[in-house]
Amino acid sequence: MTRQAPAPTAAHTTTAALALGDDALVLSHRLGEWMGHAPVLEEEVALANIALDLLGQARILLSMAGDEDDLAYLREERAFRNVQLVEQPNGDFAHTIARQLYFSTYQHLLYDRLAAGRSPFAGLAAKAVKEVAYHRDHAEQWALRLGDGTDVAHERMRRACTALWRFTGEMFRPLDGLDLDPAGLEPDWLESVGGILGRAGLALPEGPRTGAWTAGAGREGLHTESFGRMLAEMQHLHRSHPGATW
Amino acid sequence: MVTPTALEAELFEVAGAVPDPELPVLTLQELGVLRAVRLGHADAVEVELTPTYTGCPAIEAMSLDIERALHAHGVREVTVRTVLTPAWSTDDISAEGRRKLREFGIAPPRAVRGPGPVPLELGPTRSGRTTGRTPVAAAAGHAVPAGSAAAVVEPTQASAQTPAEAPVAAADPIRCPLCGSAETELLSRFSSTACKALRRCLACREPFDHFKEL
Repeated sequence: MTRQAPAPTAAHTTTAALALGDDALVLSHRLGEWMGHAPVLEEEVALANIALDLLGQARILLSMAGDEDDLAYLREERAFRNVQLVEQPNGDFAHTIARQLYFSTYQHLLYDRLAAGRSPFAGLAAKAVKEVAYHRDHAEQWALRLGDGTDVAHERMRRACTALWRFTGEMFRPLDGLDLDPAGLEPDWLESVGGILGRAGLALPEGPRTGAWTAGAGREGLHTESFGRMLAEMQHLHRSHPGATW
Repeated sequence: MVTPTALEAELFEVAGAVPDPELPVLTLQELGVLRAVRLGHADAVEVELTPTYTGCPAIEAMSLDIERALHAHGVREVTVRTVLTPAWSTDDISAEGRRKLREFGIAPPRAVRGPGPVPLELGPTRSGRTTGRTPVAAAAGHAVPAGSAAAVVEPTQASAQTPAEAPVAAADPIRCPLCGSAETELLSRFSSTACKALRRCLACREPFDHFKEL
């Protein structure tokens, strides 16, 4: 009896490539939704640039798992493996900044560690970590400015950090195909985010970092309500006009 | 390690002379994105190109331009491959490239001592602390609420917890490419493209792009 098990390394690489690629793709699309709506032109340009960096990462990561366009435009919601944090709606500007702060801090730690390893992600990580450093810095500067700003800005930033807190635990769950355990990034993440929020006159929110019903969630293909609407918009053109080009 | 042949060196020159589609004052060689040109069988050539930023959309235009240039030089078959390793850095821009950038009105990137963001500053916030890592005179014309610790300008500590974050030589000012003044301020950390930041000269008051260190 022969057993044709797929080479474990390749299959695991696909799992991780989809997860990290979907994180980048979905967050890129969310940031792109600010186009035409950002509070000031400079900020619109900044968010678009960050979205473009993430899209570049997504293209490389998804290409490691299959055809980038098919994966981006033809998968159903349950096939996406991004963490729920990145699919959360933009909300007000403070929500977007809180999401950026939580995610880019995680992504910076993750890529930095991956860049030092020997996995198939090392090359991309070494390149992208330098870009993400700018994303993280952008989020940090705004978190300080809003948290240490007017009463309204402070309150909105506090509310945003609290609202997104329950989505932050998922980033540190184990992920097949990485040569590291994301749980090992968590102490540094808490210290970094806690330090920034402290300087912003805020504190790390309290409460659980995963909801009971979200256990494993995004990485298992379980997503929150707004994600379906986001995908519908993102995939509509390609699905309506297959093979359309500019 | 294979030493390029004379023909490969010649083709490298041809491909390297292609102007950057985004910043046509620079050639791809000066930008440092052309990694190798290899001659395969017959007159088939493989070119290795590296993107500046992962998401840089110009890479496709660069590939097409390289193919066109090499075809025009008599090469029948051209394959352009994108390579990520080693990651491109602004240190890869040649001295001539930097000079051309400055002449074009873009402040060239400073030498990178390590990866990570460049320390930048916004104005003081309500409590009088600066949001950047560089102390900024809190009294620089910004209203600070009475009673706040305006005098205590507390630079944000470069987050010790973030790895690999050795800022670029902070003592090395970004000079205005138009008048040369070292007194410039940041307007936006992302400008017309991901690789640039928007700044303003405090001497001649002109806004200008700065090629960010990466």
